[in-house]
Amino acid sequence: MKAVVTVTAKDAKGIIAKVTSKMFEYDANVLDISQSLVGDYFAMIMLIEMDEKEKKFLALSDALKELGDKENLKIQAMHEDIFNSMHRI
Amino acid sequence: MINTKVILETINMIEEEHLDVRTITMGISLLDCAAGTPEETCENIYNKITTYAKDLVSTGEDIEKEYGIPIIHKRISITPISLVGGLKTKEDYILAAKTLDRAAKKVGVNFLGGFSALVQKGMTNKDIAFLTSIPEALACTERVCSSVNVGSTRTGIDMDAVNICGHIVKKLAYLTRDNYSIGCAKFVVFANVPEDNPFMAGAFHGVGEPEVEINVGVSGPGVVRAAIEKAGGCNLSELADIIKKTAFKVTRMGQLVACEASRRLGVPFGIVDLSLAPTPAIGDSVAQILEAMGLERVGTHGTTAALAMLNDAVKKGGAMASSHVGGLSGAFIPVSEDQGMIDAVNLGALSIEKLEAMTCVCSVGLDMIAIPGDTPEETISAIIADEAAIGMINNKTTAARLIPAYGKNVGDMVEFGGLLGYAPIMPVNKYSSEVFVKRGGRIPAPIHSLKN
Repeated sequence: MKAVVTVTAKDAKGIIAKVTSKMFEYDANVLDISQSLVGDYFAMIMLIEMDEKEKKFLALSDALKELGDKENLKIQAMHEDIFNSMHRI
Repeated sequence: MINTKVILETINMIEEEHLDVRTITMGISLLDCAAGTPEETCENIYNKITTYAKDLVSTGEDIEKEYGIPIIHKRISITPISLVGGLKTKEDYILAAKTLDRAAKKVGVNFLGGFSALVQKGMTNKDIAFLTSIPEALACTERVCSSVNVGSTRTGIDMDAVNICGHIVKKLAYLTRDNYSIGCAKFVVFANVPEDNPFMAGAFHGVGEPEVEINVGVSGPGVVRAAIEKAGGCNLSELADIIKKTAFKVTRMGQLVACEASRRLGVPFGIVDLSLAPTPAIGDSVAQILEAMGLERVGTHGTTAALAMLNDAVKKGGAMASSHVGGLSGAFIPVSEDQGMIDAVNLGALSIEKLEAMTCVCSVGLDMIAIPGDTPEETISAIIADEAAIGMINNKTTAARLIPAYGKNVGDMVEFGGLLGYAPIMPVNKYSSEVFVKRGGRIPAPIHSLKN
């Protein structure tokens, strides 16, 4: 399965490192990253891939939420199908 | 990769505009639960519901997390209980209600609908016993919802049943008087009731439905309002297009969730119900959509036209997004569950008469309206009859969920809490309808029922 992870926060050192190390921990492969700064605001969208059979996505999603709460990052992880179905005919 | 704009738009819809799936409702047939005694029948009912729905809540929560879409309710609808064999007396039905409540608590759903009867053309002895059980059954349970269909375009209106319903509403208000007559919020009277509606309090699993199925109700008034606000000063043709596009996106999400729930639970997918269902949360309001369309306050002149357009555009956009559309599918206009409606009532902009006009062009009817506690039951029957007549003549579903709040009067407020919200007491016409409704009998089906 593929999922979209978005991260927004006030810019700081090491955001990408923290998020991607969680992904490594849960066996997620990062396929694409787009990152930009608007003023001093950090915004990142990532496309990741995970093995569906191992059902690790829910655990990763929890871990990212925990990381977000701890580091003051706004993180959302959503199955890519939600975007495909809502915005494509 | 999916483009950034689409990703941010979706997240904004969820985070800021209250986009959600309102309910995943599992319909379960109880037609095979009849047994020799009421106790055995109830045992079968309990076992069947707790077996089929055991994973409903956890599956809903998994989908919610994986897709990042809030799924507000997980619920159950059952075969109208008055049709289930093995139950005959008032006491049997009260026992059944308690069983259903227990089953709902066991599987963790917040409401279970289908404590219902279909009496649009007449009542069997079983139906009458059932109807007399409703006030006590709802007063002594927490999660059971009840509905009665009293009319249809094909059959006309059963005024004897309407009269009984007026009585039920009053008695229910009295029995739950310590709690703002909240029992009435769990009882709805229909005409032309849909048999696959996933929304409470009117959900049940019709007799033409399969053994078990998944129906999903989408929502999203906040998303539609935001889209209209963003559109600025465009004309109504353009506005209708914007609403359609938004409804399409919302419904696609509902369809995705419905298919996913159906696959994971191994239960066939029934329908997606395209409804705009408000909640008391700020911004999640149908009234505010109408106000965003250009009305100073909902209830003023032009409200019916705006609602008609909104309702139609939601259906047009949604119909293409789902493989099976059903249920109520339209905008809901409950008063207590919609902050914009509550404000309009408080300002004197919205009356029960205007709400009645609005029910001619949207999906349901007079919904969650608090009226004075001393309203006679004949007046309540007459209000129900008016709604049923609108449904019967216009070939559409209508309903009445009225709360004659015990001991309360115009100017008072009732607090139901949670998603049921709060409501100002609205005045009703003080002249009597008693002689008319007490005539009883049936209002014949209209000429356009003769379609064959």
